[in-house]
Amino acid sequence: MDEKTLIAKRVALELRAGNLVNLGIGLPTMVAAHLPAGVNVFFQSENGIVGMAPVPEAGAENWDLSDAGGSPIGAVPGAAAFDSAMSFGLIRGGHLDVTVLGGLQVDEEGRLANWMVPGRMVPGMGGAMDLVSGAKRVIVAMQHSAKGEPKIVKRCALPLTSVRRVDLIVTDLAVIEPTEAGLVLKETAPGVSVADVLAVTGAELIVPDSVPEMPIGA
Amino acid sequence: MSKVRKLEEAVAAIPDGAVLMIGGFMGVGTPPRLIAELLRQGKRDLTVICNDTARPTVGIGRLVAAKAVRKVIASHIGTNPETQRQMIAGETEVELVPQGTLAERVRAGGFGLGGILTPTGVGTVVEEGKQRVEVDGVVYLLEKPLKADFALIAAKRADYLGNLEYALTARNFNPLMAMAAGTVIAEAEDIVPVGVIPPDSVVTPNVLVDCLVAKEQRHG
Repeated sequence: MDEKTLIAKRVALELRAGNLVNLGIGLPTMVAAHLPAGVNVFFQSENGIVGMAPVPEAGAENWDLSDAGGSPIGAVPGAAAFDSAMSFGLIRGGHLDVTVLGGLQVDEEGRLANWMVPGRMVPGMGGAMDLVSGAKRVIVAMQHSAKGEPKIVKRCALPLTSVRRVDLIVTDLAVIEPTEAGLVLKETAPGVSVADVLAVTGAELIVPDSVPEMPIGA
Repeated sequence: MSKVRKLEEAVAAIPDGAVLMIGGFMGVGTPPRLIAELLRQGKRDLTVICNDTARPTVGIGRLVAAKAVRKVIASHIGTNPETQRQMIAGETEVELVPQGTLAERVRAGGFGLGGILTPTGVGTVVEEGKQRVEVDGVVYLLEKPLKADFALIAAKRADYLGNLEYALTARNFNPLMAMAAGTVIAEAEDIVPVGVIPPDSVVTPNVLVDCLVAKEQRHG
């Protein structure tokens, strides 16, 4: 299993039947393909739909039905479409159960930076700031380090997406829960030791006596 | 009573330097013929309020690539390297606004509100220069309304009075923008006789729409 699939599979275990879920572009999108059997959720796309589904068969696309990247998607029976104010009302108003977002950095206080690298990459925040401010549960899905540099750091050097503490960080090496007391190491990936995780983490981790392995099969 | 105008005539009313709201999300729900006509008429120095600048060859991205835009107010420019290049080179001013805040600022502009209070952006660079307002112990940012001279709207269906219906995710910012501009120009895929669109299906009431762009010939 490659690293991204592992992250997507582990994040999918966090979703509960009936949840309204928003998946960010990129890695988070992969979560949809790994929902545990029997867990049906509604996926929201911030461009204005609840009930998005994978792209239909080739030739059955509708160009008025797209994801937040502008690519054609499908819709489940029972889907609903609406304008951007309604879409962000769902996000900001406490109606969105879970958002899964990529990350550039997360710090010891559980604060996420994921929208710009000053002077180098300024894509804009899109919906990320509203998602992190408003979702009931925020899960960051990202690689543990980038080119050997830790992405979990003492203090974010990059501009923050929100000052809100995210609820869970899932990486290719570990599951970490930001708490009032600090970042708690909850699980390690199969074949990864606590020492392996600590070696590429730039922040203090609270390590409980027993750290189980991620409950994901091959 | 018909509000249908020739494409050329509708766009000719837009002066250089105008402030435009343009609907759409990554080009989906952006009026393609209005964009093409703005380019053909060589409009300049536009301020464009929009969700994103799509790609250099798509939708609003085409206006940016043609250097027709002086300032962009948007939530996302990441899919358009040309917008980012122009911003970093100082050729085009870009104001980045969180997407939900952008929607509400446009809504406030059209709904006669003095602004909105949102928790989004508190404690981040978005807060710079803005007023904090505390309500029952929760901190919000005061975000001001946005208005435009013209709104360029894409609709699925219009009637000749200008009642508009939208399709799926092509709706996005369009109905909000149709409330917030002095002059509203709508490009519909289809224009049907008055009465065909049931009142319950009308999303943008005809009183908001000033001008409809004639549909293209499909038969014959």
